[in-house]
Amino acid sequence: MNWGRTFAKSAAKTALAAAVALPMTLGMTATASAETTLRVVMHSDLKIVDPIWTTAYMSRNYGYMVYDTLFAMDAETNVHPQMVDSYTVSDDKLTYTMTLRDGLKWHDGAPVTSEDCIASIKRWGSKDSMGQKLLEFVSEFKAVDDKTFQIVLNKPYGLVIASLAKPSSNVPFMMPKRVAETPSSEQISDYTGSGPFVFKVDEWKPGDVAVFEKFDDYVPRSEEPSWAAGGKVVKVDRVEWVSIKDHQTAVNALLEGEVDYLESPPTDLLPLFEGNDDITAQILNPLGNQYMFRLNWLHPPFDNVKMRRAALMAINQIDFVQATIGNPEYYKECPAMFICGTSFASDEGTEIVMKSDIAGAKKMLEEAGYDGTPVVVMQSTDVDVLNNLGPVAADKLKQAGFNVDLQAMDWQTLVARRAKKEAPSDGGWNVFMTSWTAADILNPISAAGYNAGCDKAWFGWPCDAKMEELREAFATETDADKQKTLAVEIQKRAMEVVTHAHAGQWYQVPAWRSDKLSGVLGGPFPIFWNIAKSE
Amino acid sequence: MFGFIVQRLLATIPVLGMVAVFVFLMLRLTPGDPAAVLAGDNGTPDQIAQIRESLGLNEPLLVQLGIWLGNILQGDFGQSYFFKKDVSELILLRVEPTLALATTTLILTIVVAVPIGVLAAYRHGTWIDRSVMAFSVAGFSVPVFVLGYILIYLFAMEIDLFPVQGYKPISDGFWPFIHRLVLPSITLSVIYIALIARITRASVLEVLGEDYIRTAYAKGLKPNTVLLKHALRNAAVPIVTVIGIGIALLIGGVVVTESVYNIPGLGRLTVDAVLGRDYPTIQAIIIVFSFVYVVINLLIDLSYSLLDPRIRY
Amino acid sequence: MTEGTEHLVDGAASADAASRKATLWEQVVRNPSVMFGGIVLGIMVLIAVCAPFLGTMDPSDIDPAWRNKKPGTERVITADDGTQSTWTYLMGTDTLGRDTYSRVIYGAQVSLAVGLVVAMLSLAIGLVVGLVSGYIRWLDSIVMRVMDGLMAIPGILLAIALVSLADAGLVTVILAITIPEIPRVVRLVRSIVLSIREEPYVEAAISVGTRVPLILIRHVLPNTIAPLIVQGTYICASAILVEAILSFLGVGIPPETPTWGNIMAEGRILFRVFPHNILFPGIFLAITVLAVNMLGDGLRDTLDPRMRKRL
Repeated sequence: MNWGRTFAKSAAKTALAAAVALPMTLGMTATASAETTLRVVMHSDLKIVDPIWTTAYMSRNYGYMVYDTLFAMDAETNVHPQMVDSYTVSDDKLTYTMTLRDGLKWHDGAPVTSEDCIASIKRWGSKDSMGQKLLEFVSEFKAVDDKTFQIVLNKPYGLVIASLAKPSSNVPFMMPKRVAETPSSEQISDYTGSGPFVFKVDEWKPGDVAVFEKFDDYVPRSEEPSWAAGGKVVKVDRVEWVSIKDHQTAVNALLEGEVDYLESPPTDLLPLFEGNDDITAQILNPLGNQYMFRLNWLHPPFDNVKMRRAALMAINQIDFVQATIGNPEYYKECPAMFICGTSFASDEGTEIVMKSDIAGAKKMLEEAGYDGTPVVVMQSTDVDVLNNLGPVAADKLKQAGFNVDLQAMDWQTLVARRAKKEAPSDGGWNVFMTSWTAADILNPISAAGYNAGCDKAWFGWPCDAKMEELREAFATETDADKQKTLAVEIQKRAMEVVTHAHAGQWYQVPAWRSDKLSGVLGGPFPIFWNIAKSE
Repeated sequence: MFGFIVQRLLATIPVLGMVAVFVFLMLRLTPGDPAAVLAGDNGTPDQIAQIRESLGLNEPLLVQLGIWLGNILQGDFGQSYFFKKDVSELILLRVEPTLALATTTLILTIVVAVPIGVLAAYRHGTWIDRSVMAFSVAGFSVPVFVLGYILIYLFAMEIDLFPVQGYKPISDGFWPFIHRLVLPSITLSVIYIALIARITRASVLEVLGEDYIRTAYAKGLKPNTVLLKHALRNAAVPIVTVIGIGIALLIGGVVVTESVYNIPGLGRLTVDAVLGRDYPTIQAIIIVFSFVYVVINLLIDLSYSLLDPRIRY
Repeated sequence: MTEGTEHLVDGAASADAASRKATLWEQVVRNPSVMFGGIVLGIMVLIAVCAPFLGTMDPSDIDPAWRNKKPGTERVITADDGTQSTWTYLMGTDTLGRDTYSRVIYGAQVSLAVGLVVAMLSLAIGLVVGLVSGYIRWLDSIVMRVMDGLMAIPGILLAIALVSLADAGLVTVILAITIPEIPRVVRLVRSIVLSIREEPYVEAAISVGTRVPLILIRHVLPNTIAPLIVQGTYICASAILVEAILSFLGVGIPPETPTWGNIMAEGRILFRVFPHNILFPGIFLAITVLAVNMLGDGLRDTLDPRMRKRL
């Protein structure tokens, strides 16, 4: 066995050499015991470290660690200044003057200036749909001094501050000018922010661990923290986002105390935490998420509004949420498209998705003259909160008499395929389902689903002039009551022409070691300030 | 001997070239679009078109292949679409855990499989022989991930002996390092133990039937000496051959085992890269693994002459 | 995953083939491994064929209200005409409320079919390529380089990459598992061809002007049958396992078609709460693979005398 021995020896030597040569990160906890390290399993890997370049929720979560925002939304969906100390609006509602707080610093020690903020708003505005809308109204940005700047509009716009406080993807995070000048089509490569944590890029091992350290010079606001607003006081030295692909493994790791916090364990596994006093599993994002049922307007049968209505008649919310979430504590049937319990919530016009009317759908299909064109339903198979949506949709459509072709694929393939405008037989599609964080879809401007601008619309490409008029009217309306009326009109129109359907609300249930962690805050994204850890 | 090595080394070049071209073409024909993935969960069509352009995905296929091959020759595997890091750097970061897992598995396999194989051959026809054979057939038949879950359930959850998941580099100390590798190595090695125990048994049995073994006994040598000095030495060639074949299996098993135990090695990187359509990474990993496979088999060929003086090149 | 063992089995058929023939069938049938493997496999095939008559329901029938039920849960079903009947979920249900028992039983069809089709396909392709390349010298070096290239890519990696090539589907998965198996068959067949080409009777046939195709069919082909049957059973066992692994990694046959692999893959995140979705298909899978492996061992012992002497 000479060979075996020599190989084993040389392999061990190589392993040793590799171990010495590579800077090791995972083990830091063992060597530095005085430090407190929060070990977290997020819903996915951190892949892209540019929260403006992509809308991926992981990149948004990263953004909240490393960057700060000018304004922020609190738990009552009210907007407060965050980096901004005070601001004024001129009487003609055209000039917004903002002054930054004292002591704001970038991670490299340089002060945050007006120029930095202007460049950041511009980069975000060139990418984000709500930002693009905002920039249409902006005639110029003016830096008055190092800490004061103005946004001057060409006509009044109701959503200036709301846009800058946009809580979810893409969030208008503030970056240093040199970074923000990167075209929004390119990813940034300088990770300096001014947020409560510093991203340790040299310790980042993609697909394994991402490391954040407390930013000692961060000056928190004095208010109580609430969502993205208030004082972001960091109480641990390090946060490590550990990647564990397998939910079963992640849950076991939490039970064994190897990690402290799981962002989204599957609800079916939550019973494992019951009766365990050391672990708390609780909804932290009270608005939750909304499933979306999306049809492709470009191809038969759903180029016909009657067919689309028939599909709406066939589905109902309860089957979707039951099949994916299962436990009624963690889902809700909600008739309001703009999320139950928020300012634009209304029940009007949405009865059609609340219960399944197979007979009605059949009749409607017949009237519309359905000829048996196959309906391609895309099903993703690797994101567990989405996996079961496809089969349920296919089942309902089948019952209504559609000739359904359910096609399974991984989420990444689905994402690629939904962008294809070709006919379903040439690699296109008819139906897919996805999910949105409620914070993304609280109004018809930030929610991509309502955009009915034909080619410019989101995948599915709805095309409806009246819908576009309503959205434009909403955007320019500054009166809250009138905005609400318009939102209801938009909801009714969305159901009439079927831009999409809301297929039920559901809630992520993060779980954490309550024997070690205290001060866990709720919010529409995971919040790691204010959490203290004891051993 | 030297001439042979050079000749064999040269022969690996067309093989690896074949692998490279094959892998490139195969992956470019996939339906997934990395640009759509990169744009995010809710990216818009415009953003996707922009990203396609910036990644050079709109160039003709042959041009892309040419650029890629040229870069590889300079040791540049390109940048990962996702991580904005060089693929070679990404792979280097993941080498250690995989190497550690593969090494412990190989050691465990050889330490367990060869003795029980020899024992089974020596006690041919007894219950020992039969249980070794039964184990070796059963070891082939249980999927690696099922075995992994059962072991986690028993030895990490019910009896709290080992950690559930994760990996610690050897620089954190030998004990934490090995402690976390025990369950994954057992999981991964069962199938190889089955395979190699079987081959060892068969090879030793055959050798035991040969005339010179009878001569050795006749000379009055002790059975242990005969077994170890003559039988095992002569049975080594087929055993080593199978270990070489096992490397391909090992690489496959690593992919699954790393997923089950959350070990941040090359196997996990592979699955992530495939699901994310991260072309540069997938291409590089397959080429690296193929290279390792070719090199190890070259080493095995060379080891024949050490193990069996009759083989000369 | 068992493609290792057969490399030691590539010895050519022996000279006493004729005398062996009469008793060969007897030996095969009497071999305990073959008997056990054959019977178990026979039962599995029977289960697969008779799936609709074994008290199953439509395996893709979903019912979210009845998801995640433990084995043995009973359900009273009221038909349209008011009559009531009881349905027992023998093996529980999965996350969509599908009946696991029905899925496991129907899963036998696909899993066995994958094993069988992969074995046949890789043997057929490998046989043709191996015969031709073993006999035509100039082609041989080209074919063998391509095979070397294919073999240098680890099988599972190749299969994973190939499945992501096309839309995930039964055909794709079968092809993806088949392709990495081919080079080994080619090598086996080629080595037999090369060894037989030197035999005096083949040389004699060549010298009297027998045409190459005829030599291949008359002299070479019969000698490949026994090793190929043995190899085929191992490929079959390996294919069933690889299908399960592909499903586990998320690149397998779509879940609408039940296979043991994807039932387990779907059940795996709930393993600790509802182990039945891993346990039952896992048992069926392991038993089947075991049976095929034992069949292979038995066949090798009886069909290949060189090995018979050893084991």
